[in-house]
Parts: sequence; structure tokens; C-alpha cells
Amino acid sequence: MDQESIDTDYDVIVLGTGITECILSGLLSVDGKKVLHIDKQDHYGGEAASVTLSQLYEKFKQNPISKEERESKFGKDKDWNVDLIPKFLMANGELTNILIHTDVTRYVDFKQVSGSYVFKQGKIYKVPANEIEAISSPLMGIFEKRRMKKFLEWISSYKEDELSSHQGLDLDKNTMDEVYYKFGLGNSTKEFIGHAMALWTNDDYLQQPARPSFERILLYCQSVARYGKSPYLYPMYGLGELPQGFARLSAIYGGTYMLDTPIDEVLYKEDTGKFEGVKTKLGTFKAPLVIADPTYFPEKCKSTGQRVIRAICILNHPVPNTSNADSLQIIIPQSQLGRKSDIYVAIVSDAHNVCSKGHYLAIISTIIETDKPHIELEPAFKLLGPIEEKFMGIAELFEPREDGSKDNIYLSRSYDASSHFESMTDDVKDIYFRVTGHPLVLKQRQEQEKQ
Amino acid sequence: MNTSVTSIKLVLLGEAAVGKSSIVLRFVSNDFAENKEPTIGAAFLTQRVTINEHTVKFEIWDTAGQERFASLAPMYYRNAQAALVVYDVTKPQSFIKARHWVKELHEQASKDIIIALVGNKVDMLQEGGERKVAREEGEKLAEEKGLLFFETSAKTGENVNDVFLGIGEKIPLKNAEEQNNANNERESSTQRVDLNAANNGANANGGCGC
Repeated sequence: MDQESIDTDYDVIVLGTGITECILSGLLSVDGKKVLHIDKQDHYGGEAASVTLSQLYEKFKQNPISKEERESKFGKDKDWNVDLIPKFLMANGELTNILIHTDVTRYVDFKQVSGSYVFKQGKIYKVPANEIEAISSPLMGIFEKRRMKKFLEWISSYKEDELSSHQGLDLDKNTMDEVYYKFGLGNSTKEFIGHAMALWTNDDYLQQPARPSFERILLYCQSVARYGKSPYLYPMYGLGELPQGFARLSAIYGGTYMLDTPIDEVLYKEDTGKFEGVKTKLGTFKAPLVIADPTYFPEKCKSTGQRVIRAICILNHPVPNTSNADSLQIIIPQSQLGRKSDIYVAIVSDAHNVCSKGHYLAIISTIIETDKPHIELEPAFKLLGPIEEKFMGIAELFEPREDGSKDNIYLSRSYDASSHFESMTDDVKDIYFRVTGHPLVLKQRQEQEKQ
Repeated sequence: MNTSVTSIKLVLLGEAAVGKSSIVLRFVSNDFAENKEPTIGAAFLTQRVTINEHTVKFEIWDTAGQERFASLAPMYYRNAQAALVVYDVTKPQSFIKARHWVKELHEQASKDIIIALVGNKVDMLQEGGERKVAREEGEKLAEEKGLLFFETSAKTGENVNDVFLGIGEKIPLKNAEEQNNANNERESSTQRVDLNAANNGANANGGCGC
């Protein structure tokens, strides 16, 4: 390592290689900023990494099973890329948009998730992805289906500047409950729309203005329409490919990467108290500002008051009652279990190169409501059939105390309990705006492939 | 699309400034840039070569400098079918590093990856530079580890094409083709998607499918 030639001055230092930090690092490098990106861990992904089975045992179990036992049960360690935070991409969502515009799609292959399922009265049902499925779906009666159809026609034909298309509703004044009432939709349909399509995790949205719900339902519908089976996409080799892809983008545009490099000290300017740089084993590096995940500045973060429990389950069979789907989401709406927030289950399999042949990974997650969180997950465990191995962890969600303008320390939020990346990309855009002073405008990268 | 085109992901490895990008630039554009800045802005380059009526399309991945502080992502090695491990014949340290990369490839990459060991900058020997890594040393390492071996000059172009032709000849074309077909079949049945294609599709702003 030719240490003598390491640059010590940068435009931006980024700490942590979670997806939020890697996207920002990539975007800022493309903008021409000189970026130094450091991670204290020896692998990419931060809190949202995909890890091998041996890493998973080490992280979650006090007495890991022997290598021999593990390999005889689960095959080669290298075949496993287990997500620590379960999420899917909305096919028409903002992350997809960013991937396309930055050309990171070149490094990552995606597959459609086979289906989205919703739990109702003890059973799971496929959320219809097209009209034919909708007609035969047992989720609604025939008259309710007609009302639902009218509601969805309103959503898809709504135009902001055409008053007649609003059908007398004002998205900023009417609550979502009032919208449901207008279309005569019953409680069961409201639950379906609010939780399986708008993907709200609780019912607070009912009494709020309809616009955010409208936008979420539209995103859901457009995402389903894009590829046909479900609104979701998932990357081959796991979600950990996403930070790696954006890190590569950053590196290609001159970003410098240092993994396995803990921060020994954060330096502040004496006169202003603003961020000045970091001390590491590779030297001292300076930049006028730093972007970091909450683990690098715990004292500058506060709890959101929410804690999430996640249970990673290994199965050696498909999930029952899903037509042997290789990947799916199950939503258990809160009201079905008398809870305040929904339980999500994300299932992927060897078809995505995230586990060895014949295995399935199911990750259950929800916001904790009692002092016995593992019992809260019981109804989800029951849907999965026999479980080979289970890893459970609880994460407190953190957010920054300040917006970074005072000390030039810009912090990301913890990855939340939602089933997709929309809140993460909101965070990316928000930090990008605070750091650069202008909103993120995505431009197509120039064609660089030379034939 | 021509069905006899085999796509090969080829990754570059080697110490900084041994000429990894220059070798690729010579191969892809038959060009050389003196005092070239470290690699910036190239996602990956592609180049086709025809070997015995088969076309091999190399997709060449540059490290983009991520090897410098041991920060290459697993993504880099994934599905790589060939690798160039490059060192500078005037810099013994770069040969030590080359040994390290060969070991790393055997651990991280797929078992049947084809590796070419490349001693670059032989032009410097004619210009008064002193050889610090004997040809025999390179040959010995290549023999021990089952690697192809070349000494090249990206500057003059000497031997550069031979590296890629050599790799192309060793790629099991038929197998690769069969594998491609098998992959395609599997892909269509398991819904692999092309995000870029969809972006231009008429469906992007489509209505609700429900």
C-alpha cells in the first residue's frame, strides 16, 4: 500500500456504507465532489448489509453451531447472502429511478417478486395483480369489487389540473376516510387498500388528508403495471448488492474507499465547533462536511421511540398456500390481530442466489408493542410451516437531533419497518438537499460503453 | 442478436499504477495515454474478438481504485469468468501483490475462472529501466497456479491482444453457450427484469392493473 500518496483533503467524508450513504456518495461523486468513504466494518452495507450464514450465526447466536454441522445442514457458506433489513423495491419507486439514472443497473440484476399476499381471518390471499385475478379473488364480494373498480378508475384518471377528474374530492382537504365513504367502500376493503396497497403500517392515515394515500396507491398500481406479477423487485444476491453498486459508481467517479477502518477521533474546528476531519489508522483526513449513519455519532441522534423486531427464518420448503412462490410478501394488517401496526413477512429463495439450493429465507418484522415482542410474531411464524433455524434481533430506530447546518455533520436515519425503500430515498433526497443546497435532479449518465 | 456471441466478464487486478487500465485502453481502442490519471468515469468497457468463428465479447471491469485500501466489493468477483492479474516488471512489490491477488481470486471467484498473469511495462526495459521481476519468476508462478502468462507493453501494444486471445481460446465456448441458454430459460421462468428497457416501455405510466 503506497501510503505516501493518500490525499488528505476531500470535499466530503462519508462514514458507513449503508445504502443511504452509498447512494449519496455516488451522487456526490458524479457531481464532481471529491469523496472519501470510510466504514469501520470490513464489508459493505452497514446496518443493512447482506451477510453469510457464518456471519449471521456470529451476530445472533451465543453458541454458534460447528462449521461441519452448519455445512451439512445448509451447504456452502458462500451461497448465503442474508439481508439484515428486509425490504423490496417498488418497481416504479424512487430507488428504481435512481438506479436507472445512475446506470447502477449495470452491476445488479433484478427479479420480480412473485406475489404480494394479505392475511385475512386466518388465511393468506394473493393481492390481485390484474383484472382477471381481481375477478376471481375471494377477497371481496361482487358488488364491493365494482365499487373498488370505480375507486381505482378515479385514482388512475385523476389529473391535478382537470377539476372534473377529481369527482368533487379535494386531496388536501378531504381525509382518506371521506374518500372511502364517497366510493362506498366497506371496512374490509379499506383495510385492503390502506395496508396492502398504500402500505400504511397503521390506521392513522384515515383521518389525515388523502393526498399521501392517493400517491401511495398510485405508486402501487403503476409498480404492478410495470412487470405484472407484483409491485416489487428484488436484486440477485441480495439487498447488499445495492450499496456495493452505488459504491462502485462513486469509485468510478473518483471516490476513495476504505473499509475496515474505524474512526479513532472526530476533529472539530476550534473556533466554530464545526466538523473538520477524522483520525484513522490510515491517517488524518479533512473535509468541510461529513455524512454518516447514526452509529458513528450516537450522541447526535435520538430515538424515534420505535423499536423494530426482525426474525430471520430459514425454511427448506416454500411457504404453504402460495403456489410454491419463489418470493413473496405477506402483510398481516394490524386489525386482524388486534394490533396497532402491521406485521410484514418478506420471503426470498435460492432463485435469488441468497441461500443454498432448496432453501427459503423469510424475514418477519414489525414495530414492537408489548414487552414480549417474540410472542407478537407468533401468528407470522405459524404461516411459514416448519422452520429450520431462526435468528431474532431488536433494533431501536434513531434519527438525527439536528439538521447538520450548525456543525456540518449530516446524519441519516435508521432503516425503518416499512417493506420498501421509499422512506430511505426520501432521506437521501433530504440529505442531498441539505448538503448541496439544491434539490436532487436525476440526469441520465452518458453512454460510456464502447463497442 | 448473433447466437454465437459468448459474453465474458473479465476483471482486472493488480497494484495501483501497474497499467491495468492502459492494457484495456490498448486492447479496446488501440490507444495509449501517457501519464494517465487514475481511472475515472469508466463503468466497464467492452470489446469483441473472434476466435475460430466464435465471437467473444469481453465485459471488462476495472477496480476503480477500490483495491487500494482492501475495499473491493464481493460484487466485483461475482460471475467473473476471467481475470487479468497485472504487475509491473520493474517493481518487485507489484509482483508480491500479484501473488496476493491470485490467492484472493482462488478464494473469492468461481472455481473455473481463467486467470492470466501479466507482467506489464516491458517497454521500460528498452528505455533504460531495470527489470526487477525475472520472466522465469512469472512463468514459475503461472505454472504453479495454472495461470496463463504474458509479458506486455500497453505503451507499444506488444502482446496485449495475445492476452485476450489467449483467454478467449481457453473459455469453454460451447459450455458457456449452453450455460447461457440454460440461464435464459431459467430467467424467463423466474421473471428476471430489465429495468432500463422497462423505463422506455409504454407501460411505465400505465394505469392500474387491479
